[in-house]
Amino acid sequence: MASMQLAQDPYNIIITGVGGQGNVMASRVLANMLVRRGFNVTIGETFGASQRGGSVMSHLRVSATSSWSPQIPRGRVDVVIALEPTEGIRVLKDYGNPQVKILSNKRAIRPVGVIAGELDYPSMEEIRGSVQELASSAWFIDATDEAVKLGNPILGNIIMIGALSGLGVLPLEREDFKEAILRSIPRDKLDINLKAYDIGRQIIKQNEDSTGN
Amino acid sequence: MSYLIDNTEGAQYLLMGNEAIARGALEAGAKVVCGYPGTPSSDIIESLAKIAKDMNIYVEWSTNEKVAMEVAAAGSFAGLRSMCVMKQNGVNVASDFLLHLAGSGTRAGMVLVSCDDPGALSSANEGESRFFARLVEIPLLEPGDFQEAKDMIKWAFELSEEIRNLVMVRSVTRMSHASGNVKFGKLPPGDVHAVFKCDGFILDPMEGAVMSLPVRYKHALQQEKIKKAGEIFEDCPFNSYHGPEKPEVLIITSSACNLYSREAIGILGVEDRVGLLKLGTTWPLPPELLKRHLSRTDKILIVEEVLPFLEENVKILAAEMAPEIGIKTFHGKNDGTIPAVGELNPDLVVGALAQIVGIDYKPVPDEYAEKAEGVPTSRAPARELTFCPGCPHRASFWSIHNALQLDGRKGFVCGDIGCYGMATLPCGFSTLKTLHAMGSGGGIASGFGKLGRLGFDQPVLAVCGDSTFFHAEVPALINAVHHNSDFTLVVLDNSGTAMTGFQPHPGLKVSAMGEDVTSVDIAEICRALGARVEIRDPFDLGETQETLNELIEDKAGLKVLILRQICALSPEKKAGKKYDMTIDDEICLGENCGCNKVCTRIFRCPGLVWDKEKMVTRVDDVICSGCGVCADICPEGAIKRKEVA
Repeated sequence: MASMQLAQDPYNIIITGVGGQGNVMASRVLANMLVRRGFNVTIGETFGASQRGGSVMSHLRVSATSSWSPQIPRGRVDVVIALEPTEGIRVLKDYGNPQVKILSNKRAIRPVGVIAGELDYPSMEEIRGSVQELASSAWFIDATDEAVKLGNPILGNIIMIGALSGLGVLPLEREDFKEAILRSIPRDKLDINLKAYDIGRQIIKQNEDSTGN
Repeated sequence: MSYLIDNTEGAQYLLMGNEAIARGALEAGAKVVCGYPGTPSSDIIESLAKIAKDMNIYVEWSTNEKVAMEVAAAGSFAGLRSMCVMKQNGVNVASDFLLHLAGSGTRAGMVLVSCDDPGALSSANEGESRFFARLVEIPLLEPGDFQEAKDMIKWAFELSEEIRNLVMVRSVTRMSHASGNVKFGKLPPGDVHAVFKCDGFILDPMEGAVMSLPVRYKHALQQEKIKKAGEIFEDCPFNSYHGPEKPEVLIITSSACNLYSREAIGILGVEDRVGLLKLGTTWPLPPELLKRHLSRTDKILIVEEVLPFLEENVKILAAEMAPEIGIKTFHGKNDGTIPAVGELNPDLVVGALAQIVGIDYKPVPDEYAEKAEGVPTSRAPARELTFCPGCPHRASFWSIHNALQLDGRKGFVCGDIGCYGMATLPCGFSTLKTLHAMGSGGGIASGFGKLGRLGFDQPVLAVCGDSTFFHAEVPALINAVHHNSDFTLVVLDNSGTAMTGFQPHPGLKVSAMGEDVTSVDIAEICRALGARVEIRDPFDLGETQETLNELIEDKAGLKVLILRQICALSPEKKAGKKYDMTIDDEICLGENCGCNKVCTRIFRCPGLVWDKEKMVTRVDDVICSGCGVCADICPEGAIKRKEVA
């Protein structure tokens, strides 16, 4: 049985980023952590062609009762995890609402249009401005930089899951993380993943560089 | 041990729809499973291949979908439950055999799983496979959630044995590639003995010859089978109704649209006004069940993807039953209430339903909507699809593009489906000018190559991937050689079916089950056909381009250039970078470069970034995969590669 009352049922999470950032894995790990707590979780994923440099979104619906549509309706996301900051803005515009919370990685991945000089990439101030306008609370995290320090930028996704656990909006337990991540990685990679998870959690707990309220 | 073979009855796992289908096949005791990779279907075979040896089943990535269905049919004929799996357009490939198989009938249960891709999230079409069920007169099932995706497969095998014919199960991307909780049943004991009994009376269904002849006799038999399926469907556990006794509006739906419709009713709060008839059996429709539900209402909304399959079939029944049930008003695809193209989602169903029941629905308060609208799109710049950093295709198309430019006779490339289809976009320098079905590049090029006598003088190239080569390119090449058609085929050989996740193909030495197998050599096949064959490394830009120009000049009919370089996403490549890339700021001329930033503006590799402040290019180390190719495109030599120690 589900061990904690959800603030909403279904509780809706969007993990967004760019192909190659470990979006799908992050959604699986997070969902499996919640399934271990007795919840029904539905994940809707966009992958395939969109992996090739395109925006990638995973929609997670956490419910005490049943499966839900694998696509979250407009205006109904509760928390956004943006592995790439402008992708967070894209999601907020479509799925945001006055109560939404967002955790955003700070590391930019420039679209080819920007690389080619056809489009501009917004400054960090502009990104913060738009995010804060659309979200009730927002945290900006150096997830990729911290992951690079750990030796692999891909761990940014795990740092963001750790950060979500630090928010306290969902029953996310370190023990469940351990079991869930082992479904996706060999055992010798467990320690580094646990380290990444803890770093993310600490960042939120210390409220470092946070604009949350 | 994989969780997919957990034999604890009632164990609950989060499964992808495709894994649920795979588990369903295991619970049904399927022993032969084959397919050809294609998003969103590939994970079914992949997950079964991993446990094939443990479960004593035979799993195969076949050369193409038609062969896959034939291999699976052999299993059924030999008394083994068998399943074949493909994406929507795969059913087109298999359809010739499908027609004959539906006519001959099957023995042990056989299930065809087609995973359609409404909205073409990962396809070059949003084709519908459901019509095949009606066309070849076999039963069609559509799971409406993840648990059903598992349970229905098992039920489909039982149905197949009940009527002794193939049963089709149709999934969609949002079911196959979505995940949800699934409760497991038991796995059956695995003892089987394969034998094909064929010495009985020729028309004996279990011991005679398996064939669709004599046609009138077998066709009539087939129609009895489909009629029987319709009767069974009257009490099928996968058809359900939720809603009031006499709904103001009845929604009829199937598949992922069931979840959208259920949510739409909840969002609008019309549970007491709108009924939801969710159908798991969509061909043939069970007439009595439909009659019961159609009698209860005057307004019907049909929610489905992509074509109005259900809508048309329900309308036919409603017309036949009109004297009993009265005249109904239908909403759906035909009257434009539901969009005619693309995939659906809860919002589109909310919109359609709100219009019918007269509710003004707003997803967020106006004030918030205005704020969201007010955030300029430049805050989230569009992400055009592109080849991955280190992708061999970027290098290949760079050379193809430059060779055609140098040639100067308005040459072009014909292609097909695969990552390289993105060469229609700027990431492939917009080189690809025709894109159709698997292997169509060669077939179309073979046609262009014969137009010389009609005034045509443009050089013609075709491209295909290594997996595509085996799937459908060979007949086109035989056609070209036989008719002395003049073109150059470039085989973009990245050592696997890369786009769908590195499934093995006949060119490799290992099978889906990880067994050693005989590899079939593309170059040898082409040489045996009589083509001139060259093999190059696309990362060697100079040599590749030179060879291309030479082949384009050569008027000797079919020429084949095999460009061999492993996909950048392969485990081998991802294990480490070959080169560390740096930019020498002193040499980089930035905007003053004669080439006007050819590296970032034209080459467009995501690993290169234009530094607006310093006005130079720099390498993004997190993204760069270290292929080293960009060092050869900078005319000044500012991009440096250093071999990683």
